[in-house]
Amino acid sequence: MSQAIDTIHGAVDHHPHDSQVAHHFENAEQQFESAKLGMWVFLVTEILFFSGLFCVYAVYRSLHPEVFLYAHQWLDKGLGAINTIVLIVSSFTMAWAVRNAQLGQKKALMINLTLTLLCAATFMGIKAEEYSQKYEHGTTWGASFQPHPDAFGEVHGGEIKKEDMPRNTQIFFSIYFALTGLHGFHVLVGMGLILWLLIRAAKGQFGPQYFTPVDIVGLYWHLVDLIWIFLFPLLYLIH
Amino acid sequence: MTSIPMPEEGELATKPALDETNYLKAGYGLKSWLLTQDHKRIAIMYMIGIGIAFLLGGLFALAVRLELWTPTKTIVEAETYNKLFTLHGAIMTFLVLVPSIPAIIGNFVLPMMLGAKDVAFPKLNLLSFYLWLLGAIGFVVVLFAGDLDTGWTFYAPYSIRTQTAVALAATGAFILGFSSILTGLNFMVTIHKMRAKGMGWFRMPLLLWGLYATSVIQIVATPVIGITVGMLFLEKLFHIGFFDPNLGGDPVLFEHFFWFYSHPVVYVMILPAMGVISEIITAMSRRHIFGYRFIAFSSIAIALFGFLVWGHHMFVSGQSSLMSTIFSLLTFSVSIPSAIKVFNWLATMYKGSISLAPPMLYAMGFLFLFGIGGLTGLFLGTLSTDVHLHDTYFIVAHFHYTMMGSALIGLIGGLFFYWPKIFGKMYSNLLGTISFVLVFLGFNLTFIPQFLMGSMGMPRRYYNYPPEFQAYHQWSTVGSFVLALGLFTALWCFLHSLFWGEKAPDNPWGAVTLDWKTSSPPHHHNFDVVPPVTDPYDMDDVYWDEESKSFISRSQQAALEELAANASGTQEKNS
Repeated sequence: MSQAIDTIHGAVDHHPHDSQVAHHFENAEQQFESAKLGMWVFLVTEILFFSGLFCVYAVYRSLHPEVFLYAHQWLDKGLGAINTIVLIVSSFTMAWAVRNAQLGQKKALMINLTLTLLCAATFMGIKAEEYSQKYEHGTTWGASFQPHPDAFGEVHGGEIKKEDMPRNTQIFFSIYFALTGLHGFHVLVGMGLILWLLIRAAKGQFGPQYFTPVDIVGLYWHLVDLIWIFLFPLLYLIH
Repeated sequence: MTSIPMPEEGELATKPALDETNYLKAGYGLKSWLLTQDHKRIAIMYMIGIGIAFLLGGLFALAVRLELWTPTKTIVEAETYNKLFTLHGAIMTFLVLVPSIPAIIGNFVLPMMLGAKDVAFPKLNLLSFYLWLLGAIGFVVVLFAGDLDTGWTFYAPYSIRTQTAVALAATGAFILGFSSILTGLNFMVTIHKMRAKGMGWFRMPLLLWGLYATSVIQIVATPVIGITVGMLFLEKLFHIGFFDPNLGGDPVLFEHFFWFYSHPVVYVMILPAMGVISEIITAMSRRHIFGYRFIAFSSIAIALFGFLVWGHHMFVSGQSSLMSTIFSLLTFSVSIPSAIKVFNWLATMYKGSISLAPPMLYAMGFLFLFGIGGLTGLFLGTLSTDVHLHDTYFIVAHFHYTMMGSALIGLIGGLFFYWPKIFGKMYSNLLGTISFVLVFLGFNLTFIPQFLMGSMGMPRRYYNYPPEFQAYHQWSTVGSFVLALGLFTALWCFLHSLFWGEKAPDNPWGAVTLDWKTSSPPHHHNFDVVPPVTDPYDMDDVYWDEESKSFISRSQQAALEELAANASGTQEKNS
């Protein structure tokens, strides 16, 4: 039997490989499908990761609806809306970038990746502005929640009265910072990934034969956008 | 000229001493191990790492048992005692039980059972190992720098107030969770996309069904503990107040989050062990598995039911009695798929030609101990009895029967089963048998007294106790040392085999799954030629060959002969 193995050893195992296909895959298609399924499964874990915080949100909102109604007035709906639009635009440019990669349009791919990156940076810039407002007003999380006198009165077109403030208002800001902070961290990771794609795109590594990284980073980016689309109404638009 | 491509000259010149037909010799030196992407070598690194963690966790257990020898102080102070049982629990759950079978046995055999060269993402697999190592180092730092006294459950609000290293331990648990998620993800994608030609879902060995169900739990439940310990971390560092009543938070919410993960995770520990038991019992009984589909689907059922029962850990935490009733009912539903498995294994053994080699002894020990562990769970799932048994030694004994007596016995049985394949060496059956007898007797001696004193009201985690419990505690302590002796005998049996064991045949047990249809130890790429896929339990496929002292697969032999005939045919035509 071992002789039989020797005879056929070369014939069977050493089939030529595409340079982009790792040795343990049969072909490029299997490799692409594995990577894509892997990313989808990873996105499931991401959704469950966020769902813990969404669950905290649901529990405390049902226990203390008055806290959410009162505290959300400190959030700037205008900035939130701009950020929502920015992220939706970035999802569009990302989806376009995937198409560019599939068609081998190097220049368009680089432009769309750059635009996505710029949108992400704009989002983070606006987020930083919002965070610094909260810091100045002392409307921060948990034990550090000490609203400054300036925080009351005319805020974002409405009026916030100090004497109306319900107990445990800090819970809202704990949830706000935990959710937006975790989301912001995901945006930063996404920016790193898009930058990495941009460098590889500049080297001309993507084309109709191989665009897996663009595709799966795109999936990740859409999820990050999608989570924000839930965060915006849940935190900013409360009636 | 022949049509067979020869290895290029350069290739031969650069790798002269390497042997591709034996993965242990396919590379030499520390670097070839530490940076390997070979699933088999990663499995061995896990084996060493988890073995060391197991030793550490076991020593803590022995220290706890020694302290309980007398009703008052025996060897350590109360604070130290709290730290000892906390570290025992945390190390055994997070570092040993959760990764054990998937990371060691799963990593080694999963690609081979599928007829694949490796898992889908070998680099990710190596990353999982290093994340595990990082988490393990985190726990060692906790041990030496800050200590931990919350119990492995990190219950709020105590975990928020204690001055011990909760934040660091939470970070460690978070990293370990990531390692577990990545392993699950890797296995799931591999099972979906890398099956050999002809291997449908119902031709997969049952261990793969077990590992697939495990992956589902790892992927769905582990992120939740990730965010939970993340919130605990923020609680410690920034006082965000989700779980702190002083800041309007709810400590019971922490318990819900914690058990939403930590209940399903007990099935991460037990399901792969059940898979291993299915493999051992069929091969060692020389019988086709009884009720293949029932065993396969019961794995999935256990994984799914496992998500719906977490509230049974919280019957006395003040949750509504309606919720407790529903959780209690759902808890009983888990016993259905578990019982299906046990009865199918017994039916497989019925009229089989049972060989009492060490793997089978451990598998039968598993059946016995899992039976006790499962049946005592019914008392804890029943509301009226649980109120009395909650937080007593009864529950300690119950979960040790399922976790140690079942999951870890399954791991040891699996190691005895796959050892010849992993290292290509046989071990002494006598030593293996002695280890089993000591482990089995020691285990029961340790935990049966705990059932008794628990039912009489001895609470868990107490440093001192009334003198009437002393006899039970002393029997339990004696048992724990017998158990330790048994485990060291098993270790000695393995080490002895590495140095002085006889060479193992390719298929010593007559198993039919693909992992046994390659050399022992396997090729670097697992197979020279992927064997044809057959029914994984068709015992007629293999026969005993006296000459090679091994079982030989008829289907594989036929396929190889056909290939050889074709190859020589082409050769003749070309020359």
